[in-house]
Amino acid sequence: MTVVETAVDMSTSLGAVEIPSPVLTASGCSAFGGELEPFVDLTAIGAVVTKSVQLRPRSGRPTPRMAETPSGMLNSIGLQGPGIDGLLAEELPWLAARGVRSFVSIAGTRVEDFAELATRLRGVPGVLGLEVNISCPNVESRGEVFACDPVAASDVVAAVRAAADPAQPIYAKLSPDVTDIVSVARAVSDAGADGLSMINTLLGLVIDPDTMKPVLGGVTGGLSGPAIRPVALRCVWQVHQALPEVPILGMGGIRTGLDALQFILAGASAVSVGTAVFNDPSAVARVHDELAVALEQRGFAALREAVGYAHR
Amino acid sequence: MSPLTTPAPRAERPPVQRVVEVVGCRPVDAYVELTLAAPEIAERAQPGQFVAFAVGGETSALLLRRSIAISTADDGLVTVVVSAAGPGSAWLTERRPGDTVDVVGPLGRPFPPAPPGARALLVAGGYGAAALVGLTTQLKAAGHAVDAVAGAAAADRLCSVQELTGIADTVAVTTDDGSSGRQGLVTLAVDELLPDIGVVYACGPMPMLRAVADAATARGIPSYVAVEESMACGIGVCMTCVLPIVGEDGRTRFSRSCVEGPVFGGDRVRFDDVGSLPWDVVGADAMGVVAP
Repeated sequence: MTVVETAVDMSTSLGAVEIPSPVLTASGCSAFGGELEPFVDLTAIGAVVTKSVQLRPRSGRPTPRMAETPSGMLNSIGLQGPGIDGLLAEELPWLAARGVRSFVSIAGTRVEDFAELATRLRGVPGVLGLEVNISCPNVESRGEVFACDPVAASDVVAAVRAAADPAQPIYAKLSPDVTDIVSVARAVSDAGADGLSMINTLLGLVIDPDTMKPVLGGVTGGLSGPAIRPVALRCVWQVHQALPEVPILGMGGIRTGLDALQFILAGASAVSVGTAVFNDPSAVARVHDELAVALEQRGFAALREAVGYAHR
Repeated sequence: MSPLTTPAPRAERPPVQRVVEVVGCRPVDAYVELTLAAPEIAERAQPGQFVAFAVGGETSALLLRRSIAISTADDGLVTVVVSAAGPGSAWLTERRPGDTVDVVGPLGRPFPPAPPGARALLVAGGYGAAALVGLTTQLKAAGHAVDAVAGAAAADRLCSVQELTGIADTVAVTTDDGSSGRQGLVTLAVDELLPDIGVVYACGPMPMLRAVADAATARGIPSYVAVEESMACGIGVCMTCVLPIVGEDGRTRFSRSCVEGPVFGGDRVRFDDVGSLPWDVVGADAMGVVAP
């Protein structure tokens, strides 16, 4: 990891929890962090946002699970993971032992699943907070994710907020595949979300012209990467404009420090780097350094001064 | 039946990410052999491991890494054999001495050593032969007798036959069209050689790996196969390259080819079930797939 010395104060917060860097991994794009250890000082990044965990171990979907697309990719993993017992026994202690901050993404098919996960994660060492994944497109109900319905989304968030450790902020992860993302953002914020993670993947499809069938085993998949960055940025912009007091963890196609800067200027107070990690395993640290330089060049003494600057 | 293999061990050292210089590019029939000045990767590499390239430069619209088996790793140099199958690998074949590439490696688990005194059979399909050159050298240095079989669709799709000929005790060649060696599949030669063999190693396309692994397993011979699954990252974070693999506890999991492979026990890969979700895969019940 290249250490770039700038005078910029890069500290920020997730809800009320202070973190030294505004750049985090993105859920589903860095597994549980351990694989990045050879490439990145995990203790220096904002936090490892884990792959979404559910109550039970999940195999995920059959292959093929991935298709490369212009400036991005389509995936249909299906939330493969160890389940909450495995996470508590293996991955979270591994991160905590190294002093790595974690932000645990939780997912489920019922409101009670989310609440139980939040309960199990109360007071777990190293866990700063929870990202509530109400918007994964690769689940059984496909387009009918919680995040497409303000009422369903609010039900999940209210249940998680009631069950979770009061010291752990909860961020609701929103889907861009909605008509009015501001109305969903407002609903989950009113239901107790301490912040918003924006955005999850967009639902997409690729057909193989040779076989003339969908490429992915799961037929449709989630589109990610720089191809979706303008959509993500627009979502952050709209929500920050409507709800300027609600913290936003911005994500969607961030590859460079200047990409991250756009999200900060649009209103995000922290960012996640996702698909870019597949291209560059040191991307999270690199984006931090590039963002610090970009802020300094623009005369900002602190990251916080730049949050939402484009609206002013 | 109890398994004939134990899962391949983890590599001795972690990978590095480096921007390295291309110092050689050599067309070899249908492929291109690239030589990289990559001392930190070369000194860490073990036979069976691979490297993952970023393609197209820093602003490339092709984001996914291209994972390619290491052929040789000596004196600070790493060689790989690239098949121009699409725009990303074609970009790699167009690199010239003096160009730089961003490469991560060595990645994946190496081939486990052969049992003491065992005669080894190495079986390669197409450019998979490149991945067996380093292993052949290692096995010979450890005192093993080595038979090699290289097969391909046609003569111009064979690879590394010259290198193998210089190291292995015997080399047999088969091609589908008979344009080099015997006409037919590698199994022609494999079936003849197996009676004297103590361990089998193979690298190549899935149907070939399956045929070779099945033949070895049927005779009670341990086999290790290096798979060529498509990967997005190569380092274990994307979860796209999974295969149904039987673990040491006898249970099947969707295992990542990049970090739990690419070398798997040939009797541990459930070839029949690649691309499907059998009910007895760990976590299939949570996907709604239940025992019949």
